[in-house]
Amino acid sequence: MITLKVNGATHAVDVDPEMPLLWVLRETLGLTGVKYGCGVAACGACTVHVDGAAVRACSLPVSAAAGAAIVTIEGLPASAGLPAGELHPVQRAWVAVQVPQCGYCQSGMIMTTAALLKHTSKPTDAEIDAAITNLCRCGTYPRVRRAIRALAETA
Amino acid sequence: MKRRTLLIGTAVVGGGLVIGYRAWTDSVAAQAAALVTRPGESLIGGWVKIAADDTVTVYVPHIDMGQGTHTALAMMLAEELDVDWSKVRTEQAPPEKAFANGFLAKGWIMQGWRVPSFLDGAVDATFTEAARFLNLQLTGGSTAVRITGQVGMRIMGAAARQVLLQAAASRWEVTPRELTVAAGVITHVRTGRSLRYGELAASAAALDLSSHPPLKLRQDYRLIGTSVPRLDIPAKVTGAQTYGIDVRLPDMRYAAVMSAPVHGGKLVEVDPAPALAIKDVEHVVPLESAVAVIARGYWQARRGLAALRPRFSDGGNDTVTSARLDAQFQRALDGSDGAVRRKIGDPAQALKDVAREKVVAAAYRVPFLHHAAMEPVNATAQFKDGKLTLWAGDQAPLAAKREIMRLSGLSADDVTFMPMPLGGSFGRRGGANGATGFYFAQAIALARKVAPLPVQMIWSREEDFAQGTYRPQVATRLQAALGADGKPIAWSQAYIDGVPSRVESFHIPYAIAHQSFRAVDSRHHVRLGSWRSVNHTQHGFWIESFIDELAHAAGRDPFVYRRDLLPVGSRARIVLETAAAKANWGSALPAGIGRGIALIESYGSVVAQVIEAALGADGTPIVHRVVAAVDCGDVCHPDTATQQVEGAIVMGLSAAIAERITIERGVVVQRNFTDYRLLTLARTPPRIEVHFVRSDGAWGGLGEPGLPPVAPALANALFAASGRRFRDLPLMP
Repeated sequence: MITLKVNGATHAVDVDPEMPLLWVLRETLGLTGVKYGCGVAACGACTVHVDGAAVRACSLPVSAAAGAAIVTIEGLPASAGLPAGELHPVQRAWVAVQVPQCGYCQSGMIMTTAALLKHTSKPTDAEIDAAITNLCRCGTYPRVRRAIRALAETA
Repeated sequence: MKRRTLLIGTAVVGGGLVIGYRAWTDSVAAQAAALVTRPGESLIGGWVKIAADDTVTVYVPHIDMGQGTHTALAMMLAEELDVDWSKVRTEQAPPEKAFANGFLAKGWIMQGWRVPSFLDGAVDATFTEAARFLNLQLTGGSTAVRITGQVGMRIMGAAARQVLLQAAASRWEVTPRELTVAAGVITHVRTGRSLRYGELAASAAALDLSSHPPLKLRQDYRLIGTSVPRLDIPAKVTGAQTYGIDVRLPDMRYAAVMSAPVHGGKLVEVDPAPALAIKDVEHVVPLESAVAVIARGYWQARRGLAALRPRFSDGGNDTVTSARLDAQFQRALDGSDGAVRRKIGDPAQALKDVAREKVVAAAYRVPFLHHAAMEPVNATAQFKDGKLTLWAGDQAPLAAKREIMRLSGLSADDVTFMPMPLGGSFGRRGGANGATGFYFAQAIALARKVAPLPVQMIWSREEDFAQGTYRPQVATRLQAALGADGKPIAWSQAYIDGVPSRVESFHIPYAIAHQSFRAVDSRHHVRLGSWRSVNHTQHGFWIESFIDELAHAAGRDPFVYRRDLLPVGSRARIVLETAAAKANWGSALPAGIGRGIALIESYGSVVAQVIEAALGADGTPIVHRVVAAVDCGDVCHPDTATQQVEGAIVMGLSAAIAERITIERGVVVQRNFTDYRLLTLARTPPRIEVHFVRSDGAWGGLGEPGLPPVAPALANALFAASGRRFRDLPLMP
């Protein structure tokens, strides 16, 4: 049994300790907002927060996340102390700029951005470039940058 | 049986093809109503549902893969219906006969096309009613807004508005002319009485719909032309959007699969023991051309699969490489004139008649490309009580249902297809070329194995790369003759044929007296498919690169040279001029940066782009600015339209700069994003500008047309910057 703290709730899961956190979240806990994209930490679709840091869950053994505070897209607003039904500021910016197209990569984009802004509230373009290495095939990058700039301006 | 002909009678178009679309018989209408309505709701004409509380639900026959067309189509209907936008919802039309997109059929024919050939194999040549119903629910060819919207949703909305007015008029015993409509409320002006649509829907649903309701004029639009927030966005920022890969069913099993790495190969043998020794692995399933492992979790299935050492046949294709394919293409071009696709005048004679120094010749090549949609191919299937249900994203749900019927041997009543939103597709997941059936067959076989349990089959990213349906690697040779004034008088071209598609991609917009286009067949075993904008990706690159070469050979400015070959007042010329003006064509640029221009019409829209770029020290292109001018007729939702072009530019740049699938020993080399490098945010140009030219031309598509001009505009910019002409893609050092 491995004890996971996900979105504020504690779960005891009976899984192979080597299983990547991604599959525990998606299959054991049903948190399908976390996406499988590449399995090798190259695309960022599976990004979650582990103790506040953006982590690619496809390449993190679940045992390495035991006991840590894990936040997925489903728990992002609550992690910022917002009540159920409200959006996190990054999500609101994403709606305001109408960022998503197909939307598949956007959970990861949003989680990566939220982690970036937490420690760098006014990132430069170079800092945005360095932090946002998530892949988007629809080509939403110009709007991702616009949304982050808008957040930085109001920070 | 009472027949309610909706919107259009029977028409006969060239060749005597009868395409009259009989949308509604009472039995079909009843079937549709049974599928989507609950008590207190009325279905009008199959595409719009009005509830007693005034909620308007629009059934969209196109699949969401990020294009925003659900919102745009609902807007077009709501515009004509005159309802409060906050009351409008969209839902995916069920993939059932009752919801076949007859508008799409009508649109194709209205525009003088044959049945689109990317439906080859999915539509019977005779275009029988059955085939029509089963296949016209397709998202592709940039058809949603310009066809389903223009000849479907708007007319549907206007016709529905008309019957609601009639229903109010008869209830009050007045004439419809005495009534006004605002935001879904009908008012009798003289007496001040009013009724909401929700109160009238039930009686309106019983009335016959007009085929030709009056439509609004552009100046009367309230919704069309505005950028209302897209209806699909909220679920896409909270993780709530459920794609095919997110289907969760009780006791569901997971499957990993490996197909013959050499396309066309078969499974020869596999020892299941190593996989079965792994915890949670339940089955090793040998299939005709693949082996699958079913487990209680996907990771366990992957581990099981990795433990196997299957042997596959290779059909003798194990020596094929990309280089050998190119050599094969060059031999084919050496050895054949090809099939004439179009001939105007006598280009061969014209080429002989000019002096040798007036002849320009060049050869171009493009590589295989992968769609690389972020959601890997997957399908979930369950056999239970003799019935099969399959969940998957697919661009053509009706064709998908028919394919599932064919593969399973079950009848329409025993097959349910649940179309899921797509995490990208770009042509990958659709009925054409057997691209979908290939993995549907796997999912169906696996579901039989674990019946009555459901099973979700997910292709690993590596499998997704290895088993794609690629934009073809192809090559071309061109020759042109220049007149005394430097303008081209002859254009002669032979090219290796691409994928079956509408034969519009090779056209050149320029006034050249003698033209010849010849397609040369050169087959191989690598699986091909439609990739965003299909054959325009390669034809656009070489046509717009070669015309640039001609301009330079003539010593003329590439913009002016093109412009002077386009008719004054034509859409193409106006778009080209707009792009040049917005990009300040001719103004000074910093040293090392060059400007390139390209102009391509595809799917009814004309797009010109100007790119400013430099060649980095290591030979890598650095793109500073992209300016696009687009004439797609009118624009329904400007923000979504802009986003489609932005996205197409990013995808086009990615392909032009960085993407290439290569073949070694008959198999695809690239297996993940680590060796098939997509453009990243850091490499996306800081300035991407999209300008729409509103014309009174027919509405064009927008999902694809923004892509083809990117590669040639960039190659032309690099020539302007460096003097080097790039004739092979990608533009990598």
